[in-house]
Parts: sequence; structure tokens; C-alpha cells
Amino acid sequence: MEEVIANKSIKVNEEGYLTDFAQWDKSIGLEIATKKGIEMTDRHWEVVDYLQDKHKKEEALSIRGIKKSGIFNVKEFYGLFPGGPLKVSTMIAGIPKPKSCI
Amino acid sequence: MKNLVILGAGTGGTMMANHMIKRLPKKDWKITIVDQYKTHYYQPGFLFLPFDMYKSKDVKKKGGKFIPKGVNYILQKIDKIVPEKNEVILENETLNYDILIIATGTKIAPEETEGMLGDEWHKSIFDFYTYEGSKALRNKLREWEGGKLVVHITEMPIKCPVAPLEFAFLADSFFKHKEMRDKVDITYVTPLDGAFTKPKATETLHYLLEEKQIKEVTNFNIEKVDSENGKIIDYAGVEVEYDLLVTTPTNLGDEMIERSGLGDDMNFVPTNKGSLQSKQHENIFVIGDASNIPASKAGSVAHFEGEILEDNIMRFIEGKPLKEEFDGHSNCFIETGNGKALLIDFNYTQEPVTGQFPFPGVGPLSLLKETRMNHMGKLAFRWIYWNMLLKGTAIPFVSNAMSKKGKNIENVENKD
Ligand SMILES: Cc1cc2nc3c(=O)[nH]c(=O)nc-3n(C[C@H](O)[C@H](O)[C@H](O)COP(=O)(O)OP(=O)(O)OC[C@H]3O[C@@H](n4cnc5c(N)ncnc54)[C@H](O)[C@@H]3O)c2cc1C
Repeated sequence: MEEVIANKSIKVNEEGYLTDFAQWDKSIGLEIATKKGIEMTDRHWEVVDYLQDKHKKEEALSIRGIKKSGIFNVKEFYGLFPGGPLKVSTMIAGIPKPKSCI
Repeated sequence: MKNLVILGAGTGGTMMANHMIKRLPKKDWKITIVDQYKTHYYQPGFLFLPFDMYKSKDVKKKGGKFIPKGVNYILQKIDKIVPEKNEVILENETLNYDILIIATGTKIAPEETEGMLGDEWHKSIFDFYTYEGSKALRNKLREWEGGKLVVHITEMPIKCPVAPLEFAFLADSFFKHKEMRDKVDITYVTPLDGAFTKPKATETLHYLLEEKQIKEVTNFNIEKVDSENGKIIDYAGVEVEYDLLVTTPTNLGDEMIERSGLGDDMNFVPTNKGSLQSKQHENIFVIGDASNIPASKAGSVAHFEGEILEDNIMRFIEGKPLKEEFDGHSNCFIETGNGKALLIDFNYTQEPVTGQFPFPGVGPLSLLKETRMNHMGKLAFRWIYWNMLLKGTAIPFVSNAMSKKGKNIENVENKD
């Protein structure tokens, strides 16, 4: 599926997750966030950086990983991306929805 | 003399000892296997023990019985691996290796969740992923008079991911037989989107939960257990009350992996998912639950990996390129209670679908459908486990690569 995000034609799956991370840039993340009603701050982008870094290293995302990261804690994560933090933040970060779906 | 060292004498390690003794010439290779316990547990039986369907003796045997002659069997705790020196440090000695196979599996870590491992552990909060937990739960269920039973998964990945759901199904059946189902309220709590994580399975199987009146709470990410007030609380503030909590705590690789600097966040070893070679060190291979490959953590998976790993170790020794052939094949019976079970067969890219197994159009086992025959299959698995799987014998008609024959495939791809 193709969808126009930030004036670019982007490949996504039925749920709206990017299927080609190479197509991601900040403007795309920003537009997805806006649609989800999230106003991105530096803190939000730090989380996005962390997630993308894990993705590039092919490391699975987990609660334990977040706890160990020292970057942010799970409570704060819920505050930044209310509802399903990992589901929403991975969509903004342009990476696949993880198995453990917070 | 060269050394092959296998760490862990569970399902994968024992199987590899049996595979490799047949392949490596005795005059050139010494094979050593290490485990901390003398008992080998049949973990799939931990699902049946709480309901008095199996006895203790069905699920434990002396590990040494399954280690082939000619293999050096050491019972000691492994302290750590030093890959730079090709060394493994045990409690009382140090081993050198030319090739290392890691098969140390995964185990529960209730200490990861606040409030789980307190005074109520094995009193009103139980696991059934250990022999101790499963047996304690059996004793509890024998006398429990009913109330709110919560069956819960802490976080993924866990080994045998369907076991908690099977537990809920068997519990329904168990209380019906005891004529006290009306006194028990069963709720299934999962961090995932649904009880069945794959779309086709959800479509076909959701009726089971309704039929058995099992309530479902999804997307629940536990923050803590409040054992004083009998409730579990998630990060979004949702609370679920229980009288009896049967939880599957976080599953982690052994701390030994962490101490050796070889693991990811969950102490699983980063591994090439096709060849089973570790990503960091070319002479280290990983089988079973200890790896981070995106396949199910199950004995059947270790079995399908076994033959490929055997070939790849031989190729490695001969200096040939490794085969990247493991397809994530998993085959798993799901107990649904009342003497029936389902069977699912899938891999990295193909999600479970309906059909017949292993013979197209014949079966005798039915995929994704409740039958008595599948239940017989699940019970037969125990015999197969002790008599074929551990010995590295190929299971007739079931190949390590998943077959699409007999499956009703309508372009359902596995999205994970
Ligand atoms: C309740 C339950 C139900 C299940 N049902 C099924 C099923 O129906 N079908 C199926 O296919 N699978 C099932 N499984 C999963 C299956 O049991 C495992 O996937 C399988 O045993 C994995 O094999 P392994 O060799 O990787 O690890 P294990 O068999 O767990 O072996 C690991 C071994 O390493 C040893 N070890 C670890 N660390 C150290 C150390 N530091 N020092 C010394 N020794 C160490 C341990 O003592 C252990 O013996 C089930 C599991 C559970 C818990």
C-alpha cells in the first residue's frame, strides 16, 4: 500500500506502519504524530532515536530493555505516548510494530 | 584432540550430543556436555501436572540416561564463557573448546515484576513454568474452593507461547469435572492484542474463549502485583482482581549469558536465524530457547533446528559455507480441554492455517481444528520426546523444513 505522508508517497501496511524504513524522515514522523494527536518534543524524539537504534541493530524491543536503557522509564513512556506507547511510537519512528505490544 | 563443548543438557543440548557423537570421529574429537541439574524435566508436562493429569514421575527422569556413551557429562554450574580465549569457566574447572554449542534455554524471572516474588509466591501467586511452581499449583488446585482465577502473561517472548492459554482451557475443563465451574471466574490477561496472536488463528479460534466463558483482557502491560489486595495493575492504571493468580513471569536467558557479555536485553544470544551461528563469534552456535531468533521457543523448534545445526557444524569444520536453511518451523499441539486439542504448524513467514497433517487430505491430525486425535497426538508427544526427540531421531513424515502440502493457504502471510 502507498500513502501520501508529508507530501511523499510512502509504503505502509494496512495498519499504517512503514514497510520500508529507508523512506523515513523526520517530517514523516511528525505528520504521523500529529495524526495521532501527539505534539513531539525533544523527549519524544529521544525515544524515537532509541527505537530506531534498536531497529538498526536488529534488537527486539522489550520492557526490560527500556528499563535497562536508562534513557526513559516505562511510566514516562506511557506519558509521552498515551494509549499504546510502543504501538504509537514505533509507527512514528517508521519501524515495524513490535511483538510485545505496549 | 579437538573439543566440542555443549552448554545445557535440556532438550536442545541432549539432542545435539546424540547428533554429534554419530558425526565426529572419536579419535579427533572429544564431546563434553554440562548441566547444573541431574534431573531432565519434560517441561511440556508442567501444563498437565497442576490438573493431576500427569504425575511427577511423568515429567522427570535422570538426565544421564539420555546422554550417549562416549560423551563426557559434567554436572556443574556454568559460571561464564570467555569467547576471546575459547574457554568456559565452570564452578570447579575450566574447559577449552574449538566449537561451542549454547543450549542453556530460558527461565522465568518473577523478580523482574514488582510484588510478584513476595510472601504470596506459591501461595496465591503461581507459575507453572517450573517443576516447583507446577507442583505447588497442583496442591493448591486440589483444595481451592473457587473465586477469581486470573491466567496471565507478563511479557513476550515466552517459551511455548500458547501454554498459558492452554492452561485456561484445561482449567475450565478441570472445574467442570469437579462440578464447581460456577464458582470459578476465569480471566485471561495478555500484553498482546488478543489471545491468539496470528490473524487466521484468531478468526478460527475465538469461539473457544466464548464457549468456555473465559474473559479476555488484552494489551495489559503489568507494572506490579498488589498481593495484599489481590490485584495486578498495568502501566496505564488498569486493574484486574484475582484470588488465584497463575502468571507466566518474564522469560530470560540464563545470567551466565549476561556475565559472558553474549546476550541482548533479555539475555538471549544474537544468532543468525538461518544458520544458527552466533552473530558475534563464528565458532559459537546456539540451539533452542537460548537464541534470539524470531521463532517460537519450543521443543519442536529445537528438534527442527537440530538437523540443520548438525550439518552446519560439519560444514564449519570442513571450512565450507554454512547453510542458511532454518525456516522457523514450529509445530505445536494446543490443548483445548475435554480431551481435545488443536494442532498448528507454521514458520517465519507462514502463519497457522487449517488443513490436514502430515498427509494432505488424510491427516490423521487436523490443523487449527479441535479434535480428539490431536489430543492423542499431544499425549503421544511425551513418548516421542523421551524416545525420539532427545535421541535426535527424525520424526517420520515430518521434515525440518515446513511443508505447505495439505494446508489451506490463501495468501495468509505471517506478519511478525
Ligand atoms: C509449561 C511448558 C509447556 C511447554 N509445552 C511445550 C509443547 O507442548 N511443545 C513443545 O515443543 N515445547 C513445549 N515447551 C517448551 C520446551 O520445553 C522448550 O522450548 C525446550 O525445552 C527448550 O529446550 P532448550 O534445550 O533450549 O532448553 P532447556 O530444555 O530448558 O534446557 C536448558 C538447560 O540448560 C541448563 N542450564 C542453564 N543455565 C545453566 C548454567 N548456568 N549452568 C548449568 N546449566 C545450565 C538448565 O539446567 C537446563 O537443563 C513447554 C515449556 C513449558 C515451560
